[in-house]
Amino acid sequence: MDTVQNNNYEAKAYKSAQLVRWCPGCGDHGILSNLHKAMALLGIPPHNIAVISGIGCSSRLPYYMNTYGFHTIHGRGAAIATGVKTANPDLSVWLATGDGDCLAIGGNHFIHALRRNVDINIILMNNKIYGLTKGQYSPTSDRGFVSKSSPYGTVEDPFRPAELTIGARGRFFARTIDVDMKNSPEIMLQAAKHKGTSVVEVLLNCVIFNDGIYDNIVKKEFRSDRTIFLRHGEKMLFGADNDKGIVRDGFNLKAVNLNDGLYSLDDVLVHDTHEEDPSLHLKLALMDGSDLPVALGVIRDVAAPVYDEEVDRQIAEVRQRKPFRSLMDFLKAGETWRVDN
Amino acid sequence: MAKSIEVKELEQVVIRFSGDSGDGMQLAGTIFSNLSAAFGNEIITFPDYPAEIRAPHGTLSGVSGFQMRIGSKKVYTPGDQADVLIAMNPAALKVNAGFLQHGSVVIIDADSFQQSDLEKANFATDNPFEELHLDYVQVVAPPITTLCKHCLENEVTDNKQALRSRNIFALGLVCWLFNKPLETAEHMLKDKFKKKPDVLKANLLVLNAGFDYGSNIHAGVSTYRIDPVSLKKGLYMDINGNKATAYGLIAAAEKAGLQLFLGSYPITPATDIMQELALRKDLGVKVIQAEDEIAGVCSAIGASFAGCLGATSTSGPGLALKSEAIGLAVIAEIPLVVIDVQRSGPSTGMPTKSEQTDLMQALYGRNGESPAVVISAISPIDCFDAAYWASKIALEHMTPVILLTDGYIANGSSAWLLPDLDDYPAIKPNYVTPDLQPGWTPYQRDPETHVRYWAIPGTEGFTHRIGGLEKDFSTSIISTDPINHGQMVEARQAKIDKIAEFIPKQEIEGDEDADLLVIGWGGTYGHLCEAVEIIRQQGKKLALAHFRFINPLPENAESLILRYKKAIVIEQNKGQFANFLRSKIHGFNPYQFNRVKGQPFIVRRLVEEISKLLEE
Repeated sequence: MDTVQNNNYEAKAYKSAQLVRWCPGCGDHGILSNLHKAMALLGIPPHNIAVISGIGCSSRLPYYMNTYGFHTIHGRGAAIATGVKTANPDLSVWLATGDGDCLAIGGNHFIHALRRNVDINIILMNNKIYGLTKGQYSPTSDRGFVSKSSPYGTVEDPFRPAELTIGARGRFFARTIDVDMKNSPEIMLQAAKHKGTSVVEVLLNCVIFNDGIYDNIVKKEFRSDRTIFLRHGEKMLFGADNDKGIVRDGFNLKAVNLNDGLYSLDDVLVHDTHEEDPSLHLKLALMDGSDLPVALGVIRDVAAPVYDEEVDRQIAEVRQRKPFRSLMDFLKAGETWRVDN
Repeated sequence: MAKSIEVKELEQVVIRFSGDSGDGMQLAGTIFSNLSAAFGNEIITFPDYPAEIRAPHGTLSGVSGFQMRIGSKKVYTPGDQADVLIAMNPAALKVNAGFLQHGSVVIIDADSFQQSDLEKANFATDNPFEELHLDYVQVVAPPITTLCKHCLENEVTDNKQALRSRNIFALGLVCWLFNKPLETAEHMLKDKFKKKPDVLKANLLVLNAGFDYGSNIHAGVSTYRIDPVSLKKGLYMDINGNKATAYGLIAAAEKAGLQLFLGSYPITPATDIMQELALRKDLGVKVIQAEDEIAGVCSAIGASFAGCLGATSTSGPGLALKSEAIGLAVIAEIPLVVIDVQRSGPSTGMPTKSEQTDLMQALYGRNGESPAVVISAISPIDCFDAAYWASKIALEHMTPVILLTDGYIANGSSAWLLPDLDDYPAIKPNYVTPDLQPGWTPYQRDPETHVRYWAIPGTEGFTHRIGGLEKDFSTSIISTDPINHGQMVEARQAKIDKIAEFIPKQEIEGDEDADLLVIGWGGTYGHLCEAVEIIRQQGKKLALAHFRFINPLPENAESLILRYKKAIVIEQNKGQFANFLRSKIHGFNPYQFNRVKGQPFIVRRLVEEISKLLEE
C-alpha cells in the first residue's frame, strides 16, 4: 500500500518538463493529467515514486512524470516492476501499460504479478488496437475487427481484462474512462491505497487508428444509461435520474427500471468491493453496455497477503532465528575442517 | 584369493561410483570425497548424471556416476581413467568399460548381475567382463544386496531399505579399500539422516558391514593409502561451483553494502545457485523464482534500478531468452550480473552435460551494438572470485556482466580455504553526489571511466527517467539524432573497453620463454594445467595462458600472446574464443583443438595434441 502522506504536493509537482509526444486528442493526455492529480492526492514525494512501463504509446508515460521512471521493453514492465517493488517496498510503484503490452506479449508477467499480489498499481490503457505500430488488432479487439493485420476481420475472441485479472486471482480491479477527469484521480488513488496488485482499466480512445471505439458507451447521450458508477456500500443505481438499478435474477444480473413498478429500491444490489468471492465482481465487471451497463469505478478491492511484504517478513523471521551477520559467519558455522599443520 | 593385504601408497587415485540413477551414487560419492577432504587430501569431484530423474531401471541411459580424484599433492582434474570403479549393475559396467585401465579395481554387486540385469544392459552373454574384454581388471564381487538384507534382518526396516542401502555398503567397502576410518562417514550419515532414525540405523549397520566385508573376507586386492597434502593453514570446506557462485554474489553485496537480489527460473545445471540463495534468507538475500527466464532477468533489472545488486542465473537456453532484457541493461546502463552455467546445446541439447558453447551468445547475442562484459570462472572454487568480480564490475561500471561457468565446474567440487574478505578489493559504485546538482542528467558520465552516475529511487533531488530508447549524450532526453546515436554507441563501447584497466592482468603459467603458448578459458583450466604440467615434466618448454576475463580482455593480453611463436587455443566448442582472439588481435592466427562432446577433456588427448605441435 502506498501510505498517504501529508506533504502538500500539487499535481504539477509530478509533471516532468519533457514535451508530451502523444497525438493531439489521444486519451493518454487525460490519463496522464489524472495520474498527476492522483499522486497529489496520495501526497507521496515524487522521489519515492517509480513509474515503470513496457513498450507502446501508453508506455511513454513515465517520461512525463517528474518521478523516478523506467521505460523498459515490450511486455516486461510487470516483471521489472515486480523486481523494483520487491527490492524496495518503500517505493510507490506504478506500471503504465496498454492492451498489447500487458495482455499479449506481457500476458504471462501480468497474470503472475496478480497471482503473487505484489504491491504495484497497474494502469492498463485499453484502446483495443496497436497504435505505435500503426494499427494492428490487439488481444482486446472484438471478434471480426478489421485492421491492417486482420483485413478480413479477426477470427478470434478478445481477452476481457477484468476476466483475466480476476481469473489470475486479482484482488483489485477498477475501470474508468480516459476523459473522466472527475472520477479517475479518485479511482487511481484507491488503486494506490490498495495493498497488493491493483488494476485500473482505462477505456482509451485512439483518435488515429480506432477512433470512437467506446462512443456507444461513453458519449454524453449514452453514458448515463450505458454505464454505472459503482461505489462500495452504495446501491447499484444508474440512469440520468438514478432510476435504474441492478438486481439479482437467479444466478444472473438484470438491469431494471424502478419506475415501472415491478422492482423497488430494496431489490437493488448494494456494491461490496470487499467480498472475497469473485463471482459477483466478475459478473459486474463483464457487463458490456448492451443489456447491462458497463461498470465503472472500483469493482473489486479485497485484502490478501502482499508478496513484497511477505518476502521481507520471511527474511526477518529467518534472520531472527539464525545468528549469522555475515557470509563468513555463516560459512564458518558450516561443515568445515581446520588444517593446522 | 590373496592372503596378505598389501597397502599401496599412492599420490593420487581416481574413483568412480556408478549405478542406476536411483542407486544413491551421488550420495556415496559425495560422502567419500568429503571425508577424504576432511582427512587432508586434495579432491576434485565430477558428478555425471542423466537428465531423467529415474531413467528406466538398469538401462544404459539411466547410469549415474560420481567421479573423484583424491591426491596427496595438487590434483587438477577428476582424471581420465578410473583406478577404482564401483558398478552397481551391468549397465554401469558397460558405460564405464572404456574408462578402466590395467589393474583397475572393479567392485560390483554380484546380485545385480543376473540374467535379466544383463539383458537390460544389452549384454548377449552371461559373462559381461569377457564380453567387454576386461581381462585386465581386478574384480571384487560381493553379493551386496544379499549382504544388506542379512545385515538388516533384525531391523524394523524392510527389504526396500536394504536395497536402498546398497550404496552405503559400497561406501563402507571403499572406505576399507582406502584405509579410511568410518567415523567421518558415520558422522556425515548422521547429519544427512538425522530426521530418519530408522534409515540412519540401517545405513550405519550396512556401512560397517561393507567395511567388514573388505577386512574379513580379504577381497583379494591391494588397499591404498593417500597421504594428506600439506595445505595452507586455515578453515576449509568442500564446495561446488554453483555454491561458490552464490557465495561470491553474497560477498560482493556485503562488500558493496547493498541488498542482493536474484531473479531466476529453474534450469539445469544452474538451479542450485537459486536454491542456495533462497536458503540464504539468513543473510538477507531476496530471491524471486520468476514465471520464466525473462521475468527472472527483468525482475533483477528492476531490483538493480531500485538500488540492489541484481543478478539472474541460468543456462544457455535461458540466456537466449534473456537477450532482449540484457540489451535493456546495456542501453539503460544498469548494473546486472547474469550467470550462465553452460550446458550442451543447441536448444535443449544435453542439459546435464557440460560445454563451452555459449561464448559467442554471451558476447554478441543481442540486437544492436550492445557491448557487455563477459568473464568466466576457471574452477569450482574460482566461481567465488568470478562472481565477486562480475558483481564488482557490474556495480562500478553500470553494465551487465555475463559470467560463464559450466556444468562441469558448477557440479564439480574441491576443498576451499575460506577466504578473508578483507583481501578482496572494495566495491564502490559511482553514486550521484549532491554537488552534481544543479544540471545533473542521468547519462552524464564520469570523464575518467565513462560510467554514468547512479541515482537510486528514493534519493531526493535526483528523480529521472531512463529506458531502452536512445538518449541524447548531453541532455539524456530521448533522441533519434543520427550523430548523437553514433556518439552514444561509441560511449557505451568506450565504457566497456575502459574496464580493461580495472581488471587483473593476464598471467602466464609454465615457461615464459617457451615457443608454444596454450590458450584456454573458463572451466577447462584443470585439464589444461594438468596436460601442460605433464609435458613440462618431460623436459619440454610450454606456457599456458588461461583467461578469466574475456570482454574486455586484460590490457596486456595482446602483447603477451604475440610474444610466442605459436599458440593453440583449446576449448570445448568449434573455436569461439579462438575466433574472438583473431578478431581482437591483429594478425593472430592460432592453432585450435576443439572437442564438443559434452564431456570433460581427456588429459592424455590434450597431451598428444600439444606434443604434436611441439614436435612440428
